[in-house]
Amino acid sequence: MTISIKEVEHVAVLARLQLKENEKEKYARHMGSVLQYVDKLNQLDTEGVEPLDHILPVFNVFREDQVKPASNREEILANAPLVEAGQYKVPKII
Amino acid sequence: MNFETVIGLEIHVELKTRSKIFCSCSNEFGAEPNTNVCPICSGFPGMLPVLNQQVVEYAIKAGLALNCEIADYCKFDRKNYFYPDLPKAYQISQFDLPICKKGYLDIEVDGVKKRIGITRAHLEEDAGKLVHQGTISSTPFSLVDLNRSGVPLLEIVSEPDLRSSKEARAYMEKLRSLLLFAGVSDCKMEEGSLRCDANVSVRPYGQKTLGTRTEIKNLNSFRAVEKAIDFEVQRHIEAIEDGEELIQETRTWEEDQQITRSMRSKEEAHDYRYFPDPDLPPLRISREWVNDLRLSMPEMPEQARERIMDQFGLSAYDAGLLTLSPDLLAFFDECTHYYHDGKIIANWMMGEMSKLLNQKNLDIGQCRIRPAHMAEMLNLIDQGRISGKMAKEVFQVMFDTGSSPEAIIKERGMEQISDEATLEKIILEVIANNPGAVEDYRNGKKKATGFLVGQVMQATRGQANPALVNQILARKLNS
Repeated sequence: MTISIKEVEHVAVLARLQLKENEKEKYARHMGSVLQYVDKLNQLDTEGVEPLDHILPVFNVFREDQVKPASNREEILANAPLVEAGQYKVPKII
Repeated sequence: MNFETVIGLEIHVELKTRSKIFCSCSNEFGAEPNTNVCPICSGFPGMLPVLNQQVVEYAIKAGLALNCEIADYCKFDRKNYFYPDLPKAYQISQFDLPICKKGYLDIEVDGVKKRIGITRAHLEEDAGKLVHQGTISSTPFSLVDLNRSGVPLLEIVSEPDLRSSKEARAYMEKLRSLLLFAGVSDCKMEEGSLRCDANVSVRPYGQKTLGTRTEIKNLNSFRAVEKAIDFEVQRHIEAIEDGEELIQETRTWEEDQQITRSMRSKEEAHDYRYFPDPDLPPLRISREWVNDLRLSMPEMPEQARERIMDQFGLSAYDAGLLTLSPDLLAFFDECTHYYHDGKIIANWMMGEMSKLLNQKNLDIGQCRIRPAHMAEMLNLIDQGRISGKMAKEVFQVMFDTGSSPEAIIKERGMEQISDEATLEKIILEVIANNPGAVEDYRNGKKKATGFLVGQVMQATRGQANPALVNQILARKLNS
């Protein structure tokens, strides 16, 4: 299982990562070997096996539609790097 | 060349549960920023979302209202993308197994009926809200309010069956009315609880393949939907005729300039790497559950329309308007408990009442007039205690104050004078004071009665019963 530099670049864009040229090659090798390892699964005969959506045989876990008190705003915002007027302050994105 | 327009709509509705979809924070609109938030909807690490059962029931009801198949089995998936209003950097949504699919609704445009397919309706969580400080170009920052993060959404995707902006609007109006009747959302476009994205393309008539499609966002009113589609269709046609290449992209509607503007190209942005959310066990929806919900469905607009046409002889058009929202229909129905003629009620609702509501930009839910008071006013007209003209004045006061018509006419001395003796006395005075007009009348100028009636109305400040005045005046002049 090999992965191309182009695919690494695409994944880097999606993950908002800036990679140097030598890093691209390194990650292509790393990701390739991870995929190669996982590819072993394809050697199994899965004929007639339904895809598994969830690992536990559990369904319909619900909560009642009831409101509970919200968190304290100052506490929730305490870890934010920048706060203004009770809100998270972030670089402008249009 | 003649072109055919092809439109599909993606509509997001916020479901009107008390709490959010995956946590117990309040789902109220308009609270102070970040006061309806908790570690779950703020995307803190290690939190466990738990599904609100009411959300599932509302989604099933919406599906039934839209004639959808309700899934036996469905699950939630993570849709991965980075945006500051999405604290987990993924949105919990449904990818390949939506809760509802294969539905339809019927629309009517210019007397032509048409069935519009609904591909699917799936559940997801809403994102937070980005607030830009000052003007968008002057500040390098945005503020994030997460009150909306985790509000339950149902995204309803239509087939590309719509062929004009008018059909698109009719589809939205019908969808809104169905969801309002089903009682699953308040569908307020101005508060964002009903939002619309439009996919638009054009192709030469007869061509089988679809043209290049663009997606328009930020459509916040029925009018914007119509205008933006018209603009975009024209832009596509001009590009094709000028031999320019159209690109598949997302565009935003600029309300103040009445144009669409490119937001971003889709190629890179569209890779959401969906996978099943391991935090949320899948759903098994039994047919018993669906049937129980089906039995709990209220009367839907089509049934109501038939019923009021049958019962009160209303036209299809009037009945259609009265069944646009459950509030309108409830007002009408309540009026009919106190007044017999549905047509007259409908005329007042569609005429005077909707005029006053529009002037104040209110909807019927905010109207101060009570149905029983409207019926009382109609009865007063029938009893001859107020004229149709006076009724409009009374109606305005009812609209402004919420008072009963009986109280208003008492308080303002507006009651119509229908007492013969009183009118006779006034008429005799008018005849005595206007010998010229009386002379004219007796010389064959029948028009002179108009003047004399006018004098009587003036003397009574418009309160004389006009039919009686005419009757008595004719008797006196001819005697």
